[in-house]
Amino acid sequence: MTDPVRDSAIAIARAVNAREASAAEIAETMIPHVARADAELDAYLELTPELMRAHAARVDARIAAGETLPLAGVPLAIKDNMCVTGTTTTAGSKILEHFIAPYTATAVQRLLDAGALPIGKTNLDEFAMGSSGENSALKRTRNPYDHERVPGGSSAGSAAAVGGFEATVSLGSDTGGSIREPAAFCNAVGFKPTYGRVSRYGLIAFASSLDQIGPFARSVEDAALVYDVMGGHDPLDATSVDRPLEPSAPHLRDDLRGVRVGIVKEFATSDLGAEIDACYRQAYADLEALGAELVEVELPTAKYGLATYYLIAPAECSSNLARFDGVRYGLRVDAADVGEMYEATRAAGFGPEVKRRILIGTYALSSGYYDAYYVKAQKARTRIAEDFARAFERCDVIASPAASSPAFGFNAKTDPVAMYLMDYYTIPVSLAGLPSLSVPCGAVVPDGGSRPMPMGLQLATPLFTERALLGYAHAYERATRHADRLTPRTMEMEGSMSLRAPSGNRA
Amino acid sequence: MSNTMSARSNGGPRPEGMGGAEPGAERSSNWEAVIGIECHVELKTASKMFCGCPNAFGGEPNTRVCPVCLALPGALPVPNAQAIEHLIRAGLAFGASIPAHSKFDRKNYFYPDMPKNYQISQYDMPITQGGIVHYWLEDGTRGECRLTRIHLEEDTGKSTHASADGRLAGATSSLVDFNRAGVPLMECVGEPDIRSADEAVAFLETLARTFRELGVSDVKMEEGSLRCDANVSVRLRGASEYGTKAEIKNMNSFRSVRRAIASEIERQIAVLEGGGRVIQETRGWDEAAGTTHSQRSKEQAHDYRYFPDPDLVPMDITIDDVERLRATLGETPYVRYAKYVDEWKIDSKRATQLADDRALAAFFERAVAASGNPLGTLAFVLGDLSRLANESGTHVADGKATPDALAELVALVQSGAINSKAAKSVLDTLWNDGGSAKAIVEREGLAQVSDRGAVAAIVDEVLAANAKSVADYRGGKTNVLGFLTGAVMKASRGKANPSLVGELLKEKLDA
Repeated sequence: MTDPVRDSAIAIARAVNAREASAAEIAETMIPHVARADAELDAYLELTPELMRAHAARVDARIAAGETLPLAGVPLAIKDNMCVTGTTTTAGSKILEHFIAPYTATAVQRLLDAGALPIGKTNLDEFAMGSSGENSALKRTRNPYDHERVPGGSSAGSAAAVGGFEATVSLGSDTGGSIREPAAFCNAVGFKPTYGRVSRYGLIAFASSLDQIGPFARSVEDAALVYDVMGGHDPLDATSVDRPLEPSAPHLRDDLRGVRVGIVKEFATSDLGAEIDACYRQAYADLEALGAELVEVELPTAKYGLATYYLIAPAECSSNLARFDGVRYGLRVDAADVGEMYEATRAAGFGPEVKRRILIGTYALSSGYYDAYYVKAQKARTRIAEDFARAFERCDVIASPAASSPAFGFNAKTDPVAMYLMDYYTIPVSLAGLPSLSVPCGAVVPDGGSRPMPMGLQLATPLFTERALLGYAHAYERATRHADRLTPRTMEMEGSMSLRAPSGNRA
Repeated sequence: MSNTMSARSNGGPRPEGMGGAEPGAERSSNWEAVIGIECHVELKTASKMFCGCPNAFGGEPNTRVCPVCLALPGALPVPNAQAIEHLIRAGLAFGASIPAHSKFDRKNYFYPDMPKNYQISQYDMPITQGGIVHYWLEDGTRGECRLTRIHLEEDTGKSTHASADGRLAGATSSLVDFNRAGVPLMECVGEPDIRSADEAVAFLETLARTFRELGVSDVKMEEGSLRCDANVSVRLRGASEYGTKAEIKNMNSFRSVRRAIASEIERQIAVLEGGGRVIQETRGWDEAAGTTHSQRSKEQAHDYRYFPDPDLVPMDITIDDVERLRATLGETPYVRYAKYVDEWKIDSKRATQLADDRALAAFFERAVAASGNPLGTLAFVLGDLSRLANESGTHVADGKATPDALAELVALVQSGAINSKAAKSVLDTLWNDGGSAKAIVEREGLAQVSDRGAVAAIVDEVLAANAKSVADYRGGKTNVLGFLTGAVMKASRGKANPSLVGELLKEKLDA
């Protein structure tokens, strides 16, 4: 017996593998539930009930044939910058609004092969550029804990879907914090593995040297399960690391004895307001209570993270997005000649933030400015990574806020730079390529709000130490259980759905 | 690559006034041309540069495409190891160095048949650096041109414009075929060491025969697998500064290269002698008109915004890799050519034939090793043996005549054991049935009769039977000698030693 709306991925897969529930029943429960709940939340750009049913049937057939599937029957939401055969794959942009992918991203394929059921494609900031979800050209996703607030970005829909119980797990992509920040805003665990650990094949590129697919879940255990299934080398991605993946799920730990937790001197929370400061002081105290030793570490170059990031990421994006030109697929605005067609198509197809970054990136790469901007940013990136490496000589894991504040209201940040500052803590970690996650660490009532909004604790560890990272986060989560203290608005309104008891002849 | 890149060193032998067939005016004038060649050569690999689509020519448009070579959203490139190996071998064949570290860069520009709107190429860390192409001209003069680099990149698709003449101007629509998009290309960049149109062609021919022999490319110009640009400038003979250059784009036959460069040299000399100034620009070649024409000035050149491709990790090429590939190279066509001409005293034309055909050269050299007689062997190899191979549509090396048997045949001819007529017959038998030349000679009784007494007896018989001819000869009509010689040869069934026959005839007739 299982409740596919509330249960963990682990519980669902266990029940389906044990034939206590069928994937078909899960699909038939989730499909109307999500349709109803998403009318409020707008987490999804496209629901794929037929695809979900087809996969459910396949899962049930495989289980009947004696297979055991690690994600049997687990409802999965997929960020809409990942290709899934036959689904519209828009990247949240007008330029791809009607593009139907003819192939499936490796990471998604691995999850589907492991028994996951695709609910649909989730909203995002256009081409994954943004920290609120408001840059989507197609939809405005709401924060499940306060519908007047943003879900965070760019993986807005994937975070909202999991935080709002419209999916058990989801996939996001993180370039400078696009999994960790919305996870923090939506009361979810959001995990960005080491760069190169999860194949990017089929992920619509924003900044290739930073982009990484990762899971959202309502527990560290579920995130670890998804990661274990989709991670590992992919011959279709030349940046995918060919190095064995150590399963993290069996190594989750219950305490932090003997673990040195680095608190970054430059990441002091006292400037974030008394309530937020108190929240993180409590989080660090909780880590200590679990047996960890807190040590102060320094990341003197971390303050250059934003500037570095906003040269490298736009430089890569200016090149990566050049393929959206109206020649082969997507939007085409007809014009007198091919040059004008490009211009008209791109002018109509891209939103203001995307255009801003293409312009910044084009400028940073142009001759005469390349050395001053792009090359210098690459050098700064190296220095930041070196700072982290030095810090990890003194600690095993670095703890910090995941975002500078809880979720803010729609249209609250009109200055692009103010928006960029939301990712102050996540960006340096991304530049260093480190594995990192956000785990719920409490709630604060934000300015102008009446409801407590979730906060996220960012943990980061050295390259390729996902197993250790997930272990630390699991210990913290088990001890604190912050996620369980908040209920999303939609759940308050309609109450939970649950599956009927399995029929009697089922073992 | 620019003429100003690096000053030309005084590198190697450079014949003055080379290329007898050259129609260009520069030989007779005070002007000297400075030419730098860049060429793109499609590599012969099983699959494309960054995806698994087959690398083949032609076919139904857009049938050899996948998410990667169409640049569908989310698709990623994976480098083709065979292409990288080809490039290393191509570089090593010309003595290039192979740096330990290399990387791919993106060259950003918008073009309708370029799916990503950037080309994956190599900018500051190419797979090969330097090297020298030694080449030779038809008349045997030789030269050399330094290579700046050979690097690896991907080809674009092909546009067809729906206009009367297939050009973009006036077209109402364009069709794009992406079958070629992503095919691996090597770009060979030469230093401005070349001084005439003929040298330019000789340089390209040497590249082509070497690449073909290495198996790295078919170098089929008619299929566009070798495309060439030339930077041409002229200066007063003896000047150290380069003149202003023009770049002639996309010549796709050796004939076009020769004519376009010659025409451009003449144009520039005429401009300068008329008191004008050559402007730096890109020029197209009009095959029908036989002239180059201005396409765009360099001031409008693109800013390609090169940067390291973040989808591809840098390459580390080990010394072991390089040495393993070096071991597969063998002798280059030029080395072979030079050996034949310098050591074996073979003329340039026939040495070129051998240099162009590795299998033929190998057969020839094995036969020479056994016979010790290069010129005698060559006469058979390029003569009757090649004719037999052509007639049967095969290759000399694929026939039943082995190099050892051929060497035997050469020795038999050289020693006078058989005459040339018999040799032809023996070769026919060798080609069709194989076996040993000696055995064929013995079996078919083809040994030449050089015994003085035996030949003299036949001569006597023939003279007795042809009293009128003898009388004619003695009466001063010496031209009957040919008839009498033929009669003696016939009577000996072709086996008499022809020189002995001549000697004895004269002796007896003049007696």
